[in-house]
Amino acid sequence: MVNIPVIRWGEEYESLETQELIHHATGEVIGTQSMANGGLITRDMRKAQKARDTLKQFSIDELVEKMGKAGDLFVNGTLSIGGSEQTPQDFVVQQSATTGLPEHMVELGMSKNAFVMNNMGRIIDSLTRGLPLDILSKGWGKEDRGIPVSFQCQTPILAAVLPSNSPGVHTLWLPAVPLQIGLVLKPGQKEPWTPYRMFAAMEAAGIPKEIWCLYPGSGAEIGSAVLSKCSRAMIFGSKQTVDNYKGNPKVQAHGPGFSKILIGDDCVDNWEEYIDLIVESIFINGGRGCINTSSIWASRHTEEIAQALAEKLGPVEALAPTDPNAGLAAFTIDGMATAIWDSIKDDLEEDGVTHVTAQYGDRLVEKELCGYIRPTIVHCKSPENAIAKKEYMFPFASVVECPEDQMLRTIGETLVCTGITNNESLRQQLIDCTDIDRLNLGPVPTTKLNWLQPHEGNIIDFLFRNRAFQVPEELL
Amino acid sequence: MSDANQEQLAQQVTDAKARLDAHTYEMVQWHFHESTGSPFWLQKKAELSFDPLTEVQGFDDLKKFPLFEDEWLRGGPVNRWIPKGLEGQPTFVFETGGTTGIPKSRVVIEDHRLDYEMFSETLPDEYFPKGANWLMLGPSGPRRLRLAVEHLCQHRGGICFCIDLDPRWVVKVIKKGWMEHLEEYKKHCIDQAITVLTAGHDIKCMFATPKLLDQLANALEERGTSLPEIGITGIFSGGTEFTPQWTRYCVEELFGGPAEESGVYMTPTYGNTLMGLACSEPVTKENKYKITYHAPQPRAATEVVSFDDPNELVGYGETGRVKLTTLTKELFIPGFLERDEAEREEPHEMYPWDGVSGVRPYHVFAKSTTVGVY
Repeated sequence: MVNIPVIRWGEEYESLETQELIHHATGEVIGTQSMANGGLITRDMRKAQKARDTLKQFSIDELVEKMGKAGDLFVNGTLSIGGSEQTPQDFVVQQSATTGLPEHMVELGMSKNAFVMNNMGRIIDSLTRGLPLDILSKGWGKEDRGIPVSFQCQTPILAAVLPSNSPGVHTLWLPAVPLQIGLVLKPGQKEPWTPYRMFAAMEAAGIPKEIWCLYPGSGAEIGSAVLSKCSRAMIFGSKQTVDNYKGNPKVQAHGPGFSKILIGDDCVDNWEEYIDLIVESIFINGGRGCINTSSIWASRHTEEIAQALAEKLGPVEALAPTDPNAGLAAFTIDGMATAIWDSIKDDLEEDGVTHVTAQYGDRLVEKELCGYIRPTIVHCKSPENAIAKKEYMFPFASVVECPEDQMLRTIGETLVCTGITNNESLRQQLIDCTDIDRLNLGPVPTTKLNWLQPHEGNIIDFLFRNRAFQVPEELL
Repeated sequence: MSDANQEQLAQQVTDAKARLDAHTYEMVQWHFHESTGSPFWLQKKAELSFDPLTEVQGFDDLKKFPLFEDEWLRGGPVNRWIPKGLEGQPTFVFETGGTTGIPKSRVVIEDHRLDYEMFSETLPDEYFPKGANWLMLGPSGPRRLRLAVEHLCQHRGGICFCIDLDPRWVVKVIKKGWMEHLEEYKKHCIDQAITVLTAGHDIKCMFATPKLLDQLANALEERGTSLPEIGITGIFSGGTEFTPQWTRYCVEELFGGPAEESGVYMTPTYGNTLMGLACSEPVTKENKYKITYHAPQPRAATEVVSFDDPNELVGYGETGRVKLTTLTKELFIPGFLERDEAEREEPHEMYPWDGVSGVRPYHVFAKSTTVGVY
């Protein structure tokens, strides 16, 4: 059995409080994790500068190379986790067991993380727009055109309060290490696996373990301690979490994406061509991501689109996580699936809302220790229907009837928008729409990521300040 | 434990139970007799299906009463709680809760003093020297704790310095999500404490809530000093956040080691406005900082009962809801389910009756409980 310790600047710390890691379907105890208390973080953060000093003993290029090795080890290596040897297969089984993700999705997540680690040099080059990397180490340098430029590091460490339900988010904090910034992570209570395997892989690849702190613990206590004691922190949570930290330069809050597909009047008569793309955008990775589509907007044919999506997604069943065909992840928190479904049921009562997947049987599947919700497609006669702007952590989408000229005024916050149109005027409006973060112009799934582009805020802008800087000519 | 010691403990347990039974009988006679009882209990007596004066002979007979509902403590007139036998004496009213709505009130004449004088007997003089001055780093306002700590200090011959701390405002700030305000309020409290501690008052002992103790120790370090350096030798603290891990953290990281090395001794307590103060068995690294509390029996008793049946004790080491009984001349509470759960512990030679360990918020309520700085 795995016993996951707290990690304090690379050193293991066994807490007197532990929590069992339990298989979501069988109830089997597969490990324990030490639970940190908030005070430990306050104490440890006094030594945070040491993490950056340690990493600065290596150049960014050297760290990029080590990250590549760590990526290989992450995917292929047998690593020491909590006093036990963990093979890649052990990792897959353990993560699936506690998070409810099907095993093949865990494997996919592993390869995504490894891709980012293996391509860190290109990713940093893209994020910095080709900035000479020693400028980030030294704090200043000279641009090609001879002008001094300064990127001042804002923190010796990057902290992150991580979720239990979406192992994909780990790619967001990975660039910190080659940028010579230490890591302070609070793993999700059901997903300590990725951060601990990353820690082990990086240590095995020659990155000093002293740059790491890992604090399993309660969200309220450890989450708030991390956010209040660290000068730069990411948090993953609900819309309320995002709203709470809006405008706080120390916190980058990631929440629901409300990602959408908009079909212009010029393309909508050919809607059948886009059904597979829409299905992929809703369904891939269990529909859990903020980049999964939660609504499709068009001025006509919406009922037919909804029906076509329902035909493809409605019959999907909740399969065992070991089944290679499993497309749904379990809700592992007691009562969560039922609570979500109850909330959806209330919204379905509204005039103008039709539950199109109802014809394919019950959506809520309650198991003894967990629950599933099968893919759900809803048709909305109007954007005013409350469910048109809802997002859930399973394959769920509303197909919303809305005149084209009202769409961009109505869609609201949108992390990823795929605009399917050849209408130049609409394309320009999509480009100008400030509610949209990542924009795909043309038939690209909302879930298709280009790793060489920033996701929801550039980490360089978050960790460094590009400021004015002057030196006498002879120092240039 | 040797056989002889076990025998001796068994005898102590029997004697303590006999004392509890006798005390229960005496208190029930007091609270339900027309000449001495409080208007509240005399009125309740009429609603009971049994006569407490004849049918309660010992502690186990208290099960005949319905569970005490703390909602009864809301609102006035608070005089209905004053036993006729104590009428006319100077009376305090203490409150709990009250962030929104009407708080629960308890009238007190001298119970808080008696409880803390008993507690005083358990404090080691080496670390809580007689005559030493104290700092009360906890809630002010209509709280029993505030006056009780001051009395404890005075009872031991010292003078108690206090800070202003409004826990109701803290809970409101947390509920509003004003985390920066919360941090500032904590700093405001700690600034007051450091001002007192550095003003030449020769303070050696203190009460502190766990969160404020943590904050104070860190703030002192940021100023280049520490709790031992500033002269603190004895700390008494309490609350459900007082876990073995937290205690270990304090000892190892805030104080710089166990009392014999750092010179700082901390004792946990468990209590509330209704019960008084339950004391802890000695807490050591060797027993993994396990914290076991024993109520100040016979004035109050704690039991660990089944989640399904409040009249059924769980087995030793098993988990259940904490049930409280208070039996003083000022207050009669025949079985009240606390908002906490815990494990039932065996009697101890210092406290030969059941104890409770692992006290934490009752899991059903825990999700909605807001714990602030207090």
